Amino acid sequence: MFDSLSERLEGAFKTLKGESKLTELNIAQSVKEIRRALVAADVNYKIAKEFTDTVKDKALGQENVLNAVKPGQLMVKIVNDELVDLMGGTVTDIDIKGKPAVILIAGLQGSGKTTFSGKLAYHLKGNRRKSPLLVACDVYRPAAINQLSVIGEQINVPVYKEMDNQNPVEIALKGIAHAQAHGHDVVIVDTAGRLSIDEKMMEEISNVKEAIQPNETLFVVDAMTGQDAVNTAKSFNDRINYDGVVLTKLDGDTRGGAALSIKYTVGKPIKFVSMGEKMETLDVFHPDRMASRILGMGDIISFVEKAEMQFDEEKAKKLEKKIRKNKFDFNDFLEQIGQIRKMGDLKSLINMIPGMSKMTKNLDIDDSAFNKVEAIIFSMTPQERNHPELMNLSRKKRIAKGCGHSIEEVNLFLKQFDQMRKMMHKMSKMPGMGTGAPTGGSGKKLGGLAKRRARRKR
Amino acid sequence: MSFFKKFFSKDKKEDLDKGLEKTKSNLFGKITKAVAGKSTVDDEVLDELESILISSDVGLDTTVKIIDRIEQRVRRDKYVTTKELNELLRDEIVQLLAEHNTVDLEDYTLPSAAKPCIILVVGVNGVGKTTTIGKLAHQYKSQGKKVVLGAGDTFRAAAVDQLKIWSERVGCDFYSKGMQADPAAVAFETVQYAIQHNCDVAIIDTAGRLHTKINLMNELSKIRRSVSKSLDGAPHEVLLVLDATTGQNAFEQAKHFTDATDVSALALTKLDGTAKGGVAIGISDQFKVPIKYIGVGEGITQLQIFNKRAFVESLFEGEL
Repeated sequence: MFDSLSERLEGAFKTLKGESKLTELNIAQSVKEIRRALVAADVNYKIAKEFTDTVKDKALGQENVLNAVKPGQLMVKIVNDELVDLMGGTVTDIDIKGKPAVILIAGLQGSGKTTFSGKLAYHLKGNRRKSPLLVACDVYRPAAINQLSVIGEQINVPVYKEMDNQNPVEIALKGIAHAQAHGHDVVIVDTAGRLSIDEKMMEEISNVKEAIQPNETLFVVDAMTGQDAVNTAKSFNDRINYDGVVLTKLDGDTRGGAALSIKYTVGKPIKFVSMGEKMETLDVFHPDRMASRILGMGDIISFVEKAEMQFDEEKAKKLEKKIRKNKFDFNDFLEQIGQIRKMGDLKSLINMIPGMSKMTKNLDIDDSAFNKVEAIIFSMTPQERNHPELMNLSRKKRIAKGCGHSIEEVNLFLKQFDQMRKMMHKMSKMPGMGTGAPTGGSGKKLGGLAKRRARRKR
Repeated sequence: MSFFKKFFSKDKKEDLDKGLEKTKSNLFGKITKAVAGKSTVDDEVLDELESILISSDVGLDTTVKIIDRIEQRVRRDKYVTTKELNELLRDEIVQLLAEHNTVDLEDYTLPSAAKPCIILVVGVNGVGKTTTIGKLAHQYKSQGKKVVLGAGDTFRAAAVDQLKIWSERVGCDFYSKGMQADPAAVAFETVQYAIQHNCDVAIIDTAGRLHTKINLMNELSKIRRSVSKSLDGAPHEVLLVLDATTGQNAFEQAKHFTDATDVSALALTKLDGTAKGGVAIGISDQFKVPIKYIGVGEGITQLQIFNKRAFVESLFEGEL
């Protein structure tokens, strides 16, 4: 079922295959499939619905943009961006100020609270140079206190426990006093697992919270949780108003749609992800990775980028042949420019490359660099366009008159074209650049040329 | 002891009802809303029904199946009123559950007449394997059977202690080689212990593991093999424990554990906490492995035999 998820998503976009752009109709079709894919990833059904409605609106706004990108790929990008947006927000660190700082851990049975408590202590000790104390407040489950003690031994962090005390509030308070007396600066209070509908137990945890006034309350949730994640997250939030969420067992193959549901419902940040039973497997949360995971795609951004860089394969093959025979002419050049233009304006194209958007923020990239080139080529006869080698002084003079640029400018372009042609030919003969050469290669080169030109213009 | 009083079937029924209450109120509250003001089942109602089933964790494939069936019924019978929809839905779910599944158990009979009968319990982390073992042991013990628990989870901190406490609560035998011992060896020797001590049943715990960890799954296959070596025909049951709050990943778990250990039965836990007993319907449909037990609370008696009819009835009770 899960193996087919990305296929399902691809299937969704197949409904867009063969359609040259997004239309209201094909958006509606694919949105339904995306919703199903999200639901299969355990995103709450209602949220999936609201989410896809947003995506739909965004997609409708892009009906006519980026015509060269396959509509399906564009949809993937929109969905991904939206997901990252939703789950991201500002990254908030946990609050460990105070003497001692108190962190309360809560969650359902079997969500991984005790293991997480150990990991957090290990993290604070190793990476933050803190001196944590673990407090064992799970007085219900058999051997739960022992479990925390063993973990404490493993990571060399002391554990405060009272084997005969059945009152978690008391244990927690005494634990904090113990920490103060013994110079610990962080106290991690592990509690028993409880169901959100268990009134007595929920009362207990809110009493604990009330009594110890923690700096940070963390809600631990199993990443494999299904549709119910929303209810649980909400009822815990209503009772203890936690500050952050911890996703556990992310080392499995769950899509983790619960993460989206929880973030969407309670709006609390996901502060840690836990993936494995080893004490060092604690990570901060990366919204983009989570988005890719929920969608069941690999590195989605680079995928879309690659797709966006891709030209028509057949045409590209023809072009490659021409380059090999050193027959690349002005018609081909014109076509390349046209294809780059189809993908959108240069700036947004460059912005798709990670890290580039910062660099181009204050940079004005002018699309009109192409206008001049086009004007020059348009002023050539068909014969000249097919045979660049025909060019001579009288032809250049005529072209200069025709396009309204000076003969120097025409000369400069012809020189650049000639250089580019030679370079392409050379590269096509290089080992490893043969038939398997990426079709986007020539496009990139042209992009580079245009960039250079844009720079020179300034 | 107070839990021993909870032996009457009425209490049991109440537990199940209570456990499923949230499911019910959700599922049927929504259906009533979906069909409000409509006298016949149209596409809109079916669409709404689809969303309801999905948000009960039934799973896409099974939901589509149920909807398809109802669609066919509606087409055939022409005028299905929304009043009849609940009944229709119940019929279809019961039928779906009945298709792949064997006959429901009547009581806690051992899976095999062999003596000792060996049960291997597997599942991912935190689903409630050990608790289920404790509850199951309690059932067998109260039938007068001699039970031994084998502490095969030698990995997780204090797992051995946890099972030992359960064995004390139940009052049955306990076999352990301590923490860090080779789980396959523990399994092998637990079987030997059961043979030597004339036990009727041995229940072997294993460490929780995610089904994606190949090495750990191989370890599980090895544990199974060593049980077979210890006694011909064993294990007589491989019980996969699934957490009912788990979403669609439960299907993956069922698949991978079945591949590694030939799972022969499922136990669905934490049904008292989740609003969606729906995952049971999905799993029952997708896997030929029957659901045998459901956990509806933390008490020692709060393990029940899964009964399709009762499960669905309980789901629909008071709604018709």
